Amino acid sequence: MRFDTVIIGGGLAGLTAGISLQQAGKSCAIVSTGQNALHFFSGTFESLEEAPDRMAALFEEAGIRLHYRKGVRLMPMGSFKPAALALEDVEIFPDPHFSRKALIVSIEGYQDFFSAFLAEGLEQQGTQCRIHLLDLPEMEPLMQSPSEMRSVQIARTMDRVWEKAVREIRLVLKDEDTVILPQVFGLQDTAVPDRIRESLPAHVVFVGTLPPSVPGIRTQQLLKRRYEALGGTYLSGDEVLQAHVHEGTVHSVVTRNLGNHYLEAEHFLLASGSYFSKGLKSNPFRVYEPIFGLDVRQADERSAWYDPDFMADQPYMLYGVETDEALRPRAEGLPFQNLYAIGSILGGTRPEFGTGAGLAVRSAFAAVDRILNAKTESE
Amino acid sequence: MKIQEYTVSRHNFEECMKCTVCTVYCPVLQVNPAYPGPKQAGPDGERLRLKNPYFFNYALKYCMNCKRCEVACPSGVQVADLIQAARIQYSHDAPKLRDRILASTDLMGSLARPFAPIVNGVTGLGVTRSVLDATLQIDHRRVFPKYSGRSFEAWLRRREKEQAAFDEQVAYFHGCYVNYNYPQLGKDLVKVLNALGVGVQLLDKEKCCGIAYITNGMSDQAARHAAHNVAVLRKAVEDKGLKVVTTSSTCTLTLRDEYPNLLNIDNAAVRDSVLLATRYIYERLEQGAELHFRKDFHLKVAYHTPCHLERLGWGVFSERLLRMIPGVEFTLLDSACCGIAGTYGFKKENYAASQAIGEPLFEQIRSINPEVVACDCETCKWQIEMSTDYPVRHPVSILAEALE
Repeated sequence: MRFDTVIIGGGLAGLTAGISLQQAGKSCAIVSTGQNALHFFSGTFESLEEAPDRMAALFEEAGIRLHYRKGVRLMPMGSFKPAALALEDVEIFPDPHFSRKALIVSIEGYQDFFSAFLAEGLEQQGTQCRIHLLDLPEMEPLMQSPSEMRSVQIARTMDRVWEKAVREIRLVLKDEDTVILPQVFGLQDTAVPDRIRESLPAHVVFVGTLPPSVPGIRTQQLLKRRYEALGGTYLSGDEVLQAHVHEGTVHSVVTRNLGNHYLEAEHFLLASGSYFSKGLKSNPFRVYEPIFGLDVRQADERSAWYDPDFMADQPYMLYGVETDEALRPRAEGLPFQNLYAIGSILGGTRPEFGTGAGLAVRSAFAAVDRILNAKTESE
Repeated sequence: MKIQEYTVSRHNFEECMKCTVCTVYCPVLQVNPAYPGPKQAGPDGERLRLKNPYFFNYALKYCMNCKRCEVACPSGVQVADLIQAARIQYSHDAPKLRDRILASTDLMGSLARPFAPIVNGVTGLGVTRSVLDATLQIDHRRVFPKYSGRSFEAWLRRREKEQAAFDEQVAYFHGCYVNYNYPQLGKDLVKVLNALGVGVQLLDKEKCCGIAYITNGMSDQAARHAAHNVAVLRKAVEDKGLKVVTTSSTCTLTLRDEYPNLLNIDNAAVRDSVLLATRYIYERLEQGAELHFRKDFHLKVAYHTPCHLERLGWGVFSERLLRMIPGVEFTLLDSACCGIAGTYGFKKENYAASQAIGEPLFEQIRSINPEVVACDCETCKWQIEMSTDYPVRHPVSILAEALE
């Protein structure tokens, strides 16, 4: 089967590239080995000061609204991190002193949202906090298996009963200026977070939970739907096992599900992620890229891979494939002609705000521009 | 040196890193709180079961075996296989009479076929359905598939000579549905393959693929069917050098993957030769064969990828074939389970869950308002036709209709 571009990896980088290329009239196939890092997405992007518009437009067309404001965001443990571009339902404040008094609301039986830590962190900033647990009868079926009382299951119920939750919050709200809620709203019905904001007489702030990330899954679903609506082919749950390369040019790839039916293309994008997604693998001797055998930046001595201080920045997190300026990786020092590496498989990147989302999108745009051979107008 | 890379656990369960992504995509967990979910029922439960079979949980029977957890897993854990394998290994529930009846698709087919008009009339009656509901717990709201008076095998056998005249040949694993309920799909396949210059032969007495035995707790019968089928497939593949095409996505998954993974039946000699018809047709066209389509054909089609086809990863072939028919206005439906899962949705205790699972798909179909829904799975067809009133056709039937 032949495409203009085959994209290995169906996460944020792969989908961004796929949507852009389909929009430009190129046919794409995305090969996705299981679900991706968007399921752990915090909702903010870093490093996009120079070109947030292009990205906001792409997301907007997929039904995802972004907002841009330099400042800080509230983390689940009550600390703050710098942020600039974020999903609509992730608040960015000019500074951490955004509230005098806050009501932190969680859900009875829900263990993946740490209200007490959040309160402790906020109180250090001078925000008085009170915690309230919602006790909704609609949540009782979920409690039958407490191990499955997770963000997504709660969000599915909340899509139906959020108005009841809002009524209860209105009853318990006293003089707090802010209501803090876990991000368990608007999984299918994307309008819910906004409606909650409109229905409460206080500033509403949604804070991240333990995975899976509800806004992340929503983002994944909407981007995939947009890509498929543009005619893109998304091969879920398949895996690229091998590539056919001749003198630096990739001709086709072999996948587990398609077997001897190869995927051929003009260009190939490697968006297969880092260790979690197995874009990078390691054994006791080296860190390697399993499909093309690309050169991976790393220390030779295994003892230099990590810092014994667990909380320190770990060197192995900087490992990844090396590329030229056009994002073309190398194998044994020789560059590929029609292969581009994008997203978290890239080496030497240290996302300044702690998420790889900005890198994923920027590198995807850069590779797409190379492929289309036309420089896009940006500031 | 024994390092983890070289130590593969059964169904890859040690690769699970507890990310919970599978639970996001489990259709059952969304509607049935009694089901512990794929992570708990699969890799988490497996660790406990390995310690002591006491930890086997009978709620695993609520798993539909749709495999969506496996498609979603970023770590390659065969979650649904773990769950089905645990049911095979640890469940001591004897299958109920109802489950035996539902699972025996080919026996029921051969009993019902000679009396098709009577059987179809009787199963269509409200009173019959009430009785089945009361006596066997087969839900009274469920619409039964109709039986055909003449089997597909009999139809094709009378055309043996005509089919043998083609230079190129394939064998067809038609499955129970085409043989007893809907021979028209088999006839449509023969029409399309003949148009490509390929003749169609039967296997030497195929049996039901056995998937319904597996999911209804009768793995011994399933293994007997599997051994028989692998033997007849080998005759076609090894002795005659034929490819074997199928029109049912679930039969295909069973023949290729469930046999070795769940029943320990070695199918390595035939696995790569068993192909879904849409893949076979697509590949023929890619190699230069041509189909000539009607100029006046027009059809608004919404395509639903069955769960097992999604697991096979071959939905793309059906999709591309439909898109290439001139006059087809094509929409790809969102990846979602229709809720029936073979015999699962026929059971009274599952009916409500089954319909709730399918609702988002039904809703999307209604909003698109196509002329037909296309789909490669017979049980999805029953479910969608019963729940939406839209007709469902196999991509091969649509191809056949669009031919000159």
